Amino acid sequence: MRSTEAYNACRRRFLGALATAAALPWSFPAAAADAVGTRPIPSTGERLPVIGLGSWITFNVGNDRVARDECAAVIRAFFDAGGRVIDSSPMYGSSQDVIGYGLAKLERPVPVFAADKVWIAAASRGPAQIEESRRHWNVARFDLLQVHNLLAWETHLPMLFSMKSNGRLRYVGITTSEGRRHRDVEQIMRNHPLDFVQVTYNPVDRDVEARILPLARERGIAVIVNRPFQQGALTDALARRPLPGWAADIGCMSWAQCVLKFIVSHPAVTCVIPATTRVAHVRENVAAALGTMPGEALRRRMAADIARL
Amino acid sequence: MSEWWTYRLSSFLLFSPRTYLRLHERYNVDVWPAQLVALVIGVALLVILLRGPPKAARIVAFALAACWAFVAWAWHVMHYAAINWAATYFAAAFALQALLLLWVGVVRGALAFGSASPTTAIVGNGLVAWGLIGLPILNALFGQGIAQADFFGTGADSTVAATLGVLLLATGRRWPLWPIPLAWCAITGAFAAMMRLPAAPVMPLVALVVVLAAVFESRRRHRAA
Repeated sequence: MRSTEAYNACRRRFLGALATAAALPWSFPAAAADAVGTRPIPSTGERLPVIGLGSWITFNVGNDRVARDECAAVIRAFFDAGGRVIDSSPMYGSSQDVIGYGLAKLERPVPVFAADKVWIAAASRGPAQIEESRRHWNVARFDLLQVHNLLAWETHLPMLFSMKSNGRLRYVGITTSEGRRHRDVEQIMRNHPLDFVQVTYNPVDRDVEARILPLARERGIAVIVNRPFQQGALTDALARRPLPGWAADIGCMSWAQCVLKFIVSHPAVTCVIPATTRVAHVRENVAAALGTMPGEALRRRMAADIARL
Repeated sequence: MSEWWTYRLSSFLLFSPRTYLRLHERYNVDVWPAQLVALVIGVALLVILLRGPPKAARIVAFALAACWAFVAWAWHVMHYAAINWAATYFAAAFALQALLLLWVGVVRGALAFGSASPTTAIVGNGLVAWGLIGLPILNALFGQGIAQADFFGTGADSTVAATLGVLLLATGRRWPLWPIPLAWCAITGAFAAMMRLPAAPVMPLVALVVVLAAVFESRRRHRAA
């Protein structure tokens, strides 16, 4: 969620350029669908687009039909641009139901990678919650289920591994956000055969660089990154500043793209899941998977510059 | 849940300001003309508080209980719960407050009015008036528009503000009626602050004013006794 006037002005400049590009034969949407950047899930080698779609706050619109249709348009644009991974949680209010609504409105089958979570203290009620989530999404099964914020992980995790071994689930993971319980996350990563770990990471929240991201590479665990824009606070703050010179070197036309490229260029990161309510934003986000990625030296400079701003 | 302490307050903001305000707008359409009926009831309460006989306290308590029960069901359960799972807990608290108002104010007849000091009377009646017309006007002034406003009897904040005004004016064993309205002031203020709504400080300020006035009134009565 990004809302300041300056940021919208930046968006308008980007969208103007996008409109110009769309008039050319190699217009963005078609090219993105073919060439969107992907990364392999270490445990299977299956490739996933590096830009996913989060649903925290943005898709929790209740029964508001207008807002639901706007979310459905975002989902459609996401798949049109080549996206696959959508992430949600029973914690996010009506978001799961809105995702199901958006998927049902698509006229054609889409290769959605359905990632959800189990989030309930009473461990015995985990399976029922998962089934309710599945009904909201209206999918045959989830691709990935994660223990949300490690809540009751000791009992949920064996249940998820059991679902996986029975063919009712493809991947198992855990999540945390905003730096919570990183020591516990590390311990679980070391002691359990996780497929995924989900953490907060962006140019100013870099705690995971020290231990969790290296550990994920060492253990062959895919990494999903949440809250890339700090719930809009980061991009709102950056919107007041002009784009630095290095942005053009890596093909970024907005701060949002700079942040996303910084994140997905980390070798341990598999996918980032920015959330948005706007079609233009989702196209811009997915476009960040294209073109030149920053090398290690530029990544250090990006982090330093953004932290200074 | 043993991990509550690991969450930040912002973790529980699950919706955008736009979604919240649009929900208010649809709610106001759905329950119309309940706002008008509640306003008439509210004005009648204010007249009773200013001029009514002490025995009218039961009517005041009953009317407030009805408003709290309506907000619990119509707002928290039927509307707010669609975007905030915590609304079911809020509904339970509002329903409990309705029962407490019935028990303390109607069944036991433990509330009485008419003995507040002039200063306390001004603050108490002012808060009731604030709940009736002040908050809706403030919503309009702060850009939310009257269509998205919180009205007495149907909206949580206005009902709470008016109730706190009534409690300030009352005498008797009314302490069970204080915690839920005061807690709501903190909760709604926190949510509004997280959404960066301009009116975010209003309800916490209402609570602060009420607590200070209640302490002042209590000391005055203690000295008089």
